[in-house]
Amino acid sequence: MDLGPHAAFIWISYAAVTVTVTGLILWLIADGRKQAADLEALERQGVKRRSSSPGVR
Amino acid sequence: MQTLTQRLANPTRFMELSARLLPWISAAAAVLLAYGLYLAFFASPADYQQGETVRIMYIHVPCAWLAMMVYALIALSSFGLLVFRHPLADVSAKAAAPLGAAFTFLALLTGSLWGKPMWGTYWVWDARLTSVLILFFLYLGLIALRSALEDESAASKLTAILALVGVTILPIIKFSVDWWNTLHQPSTDFTSTVDPSMRLPLLVMAVAFTLLFFAMHLKAMRNEILRRRVKALRTQAVAGRDRLAAQGAE
Repeated sequence: MDLGPHAAFIWISYAAVTVTVTGLILWLIADGRKQAADLEALERQGVKRRSSSPGVR
Repeated sequence: MQTLTQRLANPTRFMELSARLLPWISAAAAVLLAYGLYLAFFASPADYQQGETVRIMYIHVPCAWLAMMVYALIALSSFGLLVFRHPLADVSAKAAAPLGAAFTFLALLTGSLWGKPMWGTYWVWDARLTSVLILFFLYLGLIALRSALEDESAASKLTAILALVGVTILPIIKFSVDWWNTLHQPSTDFTSTVDPSMRLPLLVMAVAFTLLFFAMHLKAMRNEILRRRVKALRTQAVAGRDRLAAQGAE
């Protein structure tokens, strides 16, 4: 694909968006896993939420 | 009869609903993004003036649109917190801020990379570019203010007030290209300023990015609810230990 004399500007733009959005998605997934693991560890220790319903994360 | 916002006021119900919606929204965003990229690179022409660089528009405009829409969402959530004390309003505002900052950064960066070959410069201090830069600083301000305060309730209220004060930047950004002389082109009007051959890819990319944001926002809100549950349980555990220690001492 020939993007002309300014191809570098186009590729860098798309690469920046790809890297940033992928980074955000990975961060959200990792954060979600950490919070779920922390919550599970606390519940395993016997600390329960007053309004907890089984199976709801 | 309860309204939708009242029904969603229960975090547990929100977690159930969002768990069901999240895969569908993510899948729709991925499919539309793939289709939009195909249209942007293979099924749309180069511009008669800008040449191939017009392809930057297909990511720049959606990022700029999200930069403003996400701030409007934060302002709306802040209003919901301050006026209606909706339990999820603060969760929504907090979860949206880093995402909005990221899309504003990308709008500035892609705009700058588009500007260099078209205008001959990466940056000019004109009204549109400067007002979007202020929006980016506002996002950073919201994030910094929240993390600077330990008391979560005070942090929520103060960031909500800042968000509502800052919402004045949105009409300034929107109309800056009409009110002042600027290098930036006028606002994108899908029906008249974009050639029909470029309208479909732009529209598909705009919808794809919007769905992508909502998927990430739902996930970030779920994470925040879990974080608050963890914090509440830790506080509960510490209070329980203190009570037992006090009973033992008596």
